[in-house]
Amino acid sequence: MSLLSVENLQVHFRTPDGVNRAVDGVSFEIGSGETLAIVGESGCGKSVTSMSILRLLPEPQAQFAGAIRFEGRDLLALPDREMRKIRGNAISVVFQEPMTSLNPVLTVGRQIGETLRLHQGLDARQAEARAVEMLSLVGIPEPERRVHAYPHQMSGGMRQRVMIAIALACSPRLLIADEPTTALDVTIQAQILDLMRDLKHRVGAAIMLITHDLGVVAEVADRVMVMYAGRKVEEAAVADLFRTPRHPYTRGLMGAVPRLGVRAQGRAPGRLAEIPGMVPSLKTRIDGCVFAGRCPDAKDFCRLHAPALESKSPGHLAACHFAPKDARPA
Amino acid sequence: MSAASLSLSAQPVLEVNDLRKHFAVAGGGPGRAAGLLRAVDGVSFSLARGETLSLVGESGCGKSTVAKTILRLLAPTSGQVVLAGRRIDDLTLSRLRPLRRRIQMVFQDPFSSLNPRMPVRDSIAEPIRNFRLARGRSDLEARLLRLMDRVGLPADALGRYPHEFSGGQRQRIGIARALAAEPDVIVCDEAVSALDVSVKAQIVNLLMDLQKDHGIALLFISHDLAVVEHMTHHVAVMYLGRIVETGSREALFETPRHPYTRALLSAVPVPEPAANRARIVLKGDVPSPIAPPAGCSFHTRCPSCIERCRTEEPPLTALPGGGAVACHLAGAEGAAHA
Ligand SMILES: Nc1ncnc2c1ncn2[C@@H]1O[C@H](COP(=O)(O)OP(=O)(O)OP(=O)(O)O)[C@@H](O)[C@H]1O
Ligand SMILES: Nc1ncnc2c1ncn2[C@@H]1O[C@H](COP(=O)(O)OP(=O)(O)OP(=O)(O)O)[C@@H](O)[C@H]1O
Ligand SMILES: [Mg+2]
Ligand SMILES: [Mg+2]
Repeated sequence: MSLLSVENLQVHFRTPDGVNRAVDGVSFEIGSGETLAIVGESGCGKSVTSMSILRLLPEPQAQFAGAIRFEGRDLLALPDREMRKIRGNAISVVFQEPMTSLNPVLTVGRQIGETLRLHQGLDARQAEARAVEMLSLVGIPEPERRVHAYPHQMSGGMRQRVMIAIALACSPRLLIADEPTTALDVTIQAQILDLMRDLKHRVGAAIMLITHDLGVVAEVADRVMVMYAGRKVEEAAVADLFRTPRHPYTRGLMGAVPRLGVRAQGRAPGRLAEIPGMVPSLKTRIDGCVFAGRCPDAKDFCRLHAPALESKSPGHLAACHFAPKDARPA
Repeated sequence: MSAASLSLSAQPVLEVNDLRKHFAVAGGGPGRAAGLLRAVDGVSFSLARGETLSLVGESGCGKSTVAKTILRLLAPTSGQVVLAGRRIDDLTLSRLRPLRRRIQMVFQDPFSSLNPRMPVRDSIAEPIRNFRLARGRSDLEARLLRLMDRVGLPADALGRYPHEFSGGQRQRIGIARALAAEPDVIVCDEAVSALDVSVKAQIVNLLMDLQKDHGIALLFISHDLAVVEHMTHHVAVMYLGRIVETGSREALFETPRHPYTRALLSAVPVPEPAANRARIVLKGDVPSPIAPPAGCSFHTRCPSCIERCRTEEPPLTALPGGGAVACHLAGAEGAAHA
């Protein structure tokens, strides 16, 4: 049994000008010790998916359907009291925006300590000592001094590392990391990715990693799920996905990644490759393929009929009528 | 050649000479004295019209502080900031106000830099009104429409509020607001970091187009070295409050001289799962800017450190083909091949 199993998740927001189908029928699983990366265009529902697992979305506006099973229990059906015991403990999260998720009036030491006191019953002194340890683990210089600092006295990258320290403090079984390293330079990023790998090996934690950086995906993910406009459009083992991306959106994405050493590759630096066009509005119902409007290979058929997510080769799912399929049955 | 006179190019629109910003910090816990945090400690560079200088370096090395002191969001401790030939660091805030127009900033998080209760129209019109750029109502309206077109947003976006836009669209609004002031220089502090690959490409391409059409100079702060390599003219690498290497794009990416620059470049993740990674792993912790190491500030983590590095601080020394490096081992005759 998987540690986390998301079944046909739908998250729709009611807004003054219509329903926003932010997540529209997404299923996936993550096993212990496994890292699943989620990639996809801005606004495709990655953060909403992760916030749903933690039940952090405003409830009357957000309407849920489907199930989110963690260690067999459906989190969507759990009372708030039970959910609070899980959050920050068995499941923890590193958010995209450290500036807005840290409390500006508390020292960072207090904020790390808080989690430990709440979930592990440490007293104030033990909690501070452990907070110093966590700060040094995430590579913050002079942790004994910084433990007394307020968020505004730290650089963007340090605040991000404080968030990571909070998330790792209780050795979670599932770590949800939403753009954990975007605010960090590459050397610190490498350290943080090592920390995440270590968590995975030491406690057998599962990691759900959301990122725009395909370099990071290539380094740490076991499997990758590609989302587009609230749907899952492709999923495969990492090497398989990079070698043979099957969905045209995934191919566009791979082609748009800037790589270091442009001159060594014999290309002149200059404009970056874009994927032409824009994502469709999530407020109008789309009958055909969600990517048809931007797809270089779209036929009329694609605009009328939504492609089902199907197995194109063993362990490789894609939702495209024309994606190549291996001859042998999967 | 002194560090202060190192010039990357001919007619600079922005010059920064020996800029310093020190913060007083409280002592943390027993036995820890209050100290001085040297966030920026003697930074000099110049930026020519129509060119891009990228500022890269470790988290906490002082990049945002450089940007904020140039814009006087923070008061500099010492040093000079010269905008189009005129010193601005010593002006009073009221004398500075009219000059503020010429240098604009785009932040990482567009959401926090836009007023959530103001429709986009008002956010963008604000600089036009403040600096009295429009001749009457119809000119203001025409300017707003031109700006929306320029940054690739529909005209009806003017009537909407920030929360109704995606991250990439909000970043376009932030750029439209910066452009509205008709600046000579735009400072982008991690302006594209939070964006997805394709939107990032669109925004970077937009900045390059604007630069070409209006001769805008860009100070581009970013952790994304692959993007920097695509779009910059010059690069300055910072470590612990100082510039340790500068150079043209070609020189810096092809023959990095400073061991820190080489470590940085080697740490960029490659988008290939089975790639053979020859990463230079930096040992040790990032030193504290409150008590920086003696000698070369990088010596505690440098893979090629020699005795001299522990005691003697290497000056930023000009290289024959342009650029400069602060390393005892990266002499004029070639990079340290250690
Ligand atoms: N509280 C909310 N109320 C209404 N709509 C929302 C809310 N939160 C998110 N949305 C919408 O849900 C959709 C998905 O947003 P989400 O934040 O999951 O995108 P994302 O994939 O994480 O994008 P990014 O890469 O930019 O972070 C967007 O259209 C967004 O506007
Ligand atoms: N208001 C402040 N008070 C005290 N220290 C500060 C303050 N602002 C910044 N610092 C310190 O100055 C140093 C430089 O910070 P800065 O934000 O310039 O770094 P940065 O290079 O932009 O880093 P990042 O890449 O993480 O954004 C850091 O050590 C930071 O903690
Ligand atoms: Mg998100
Ligand atoms: Mg910064």
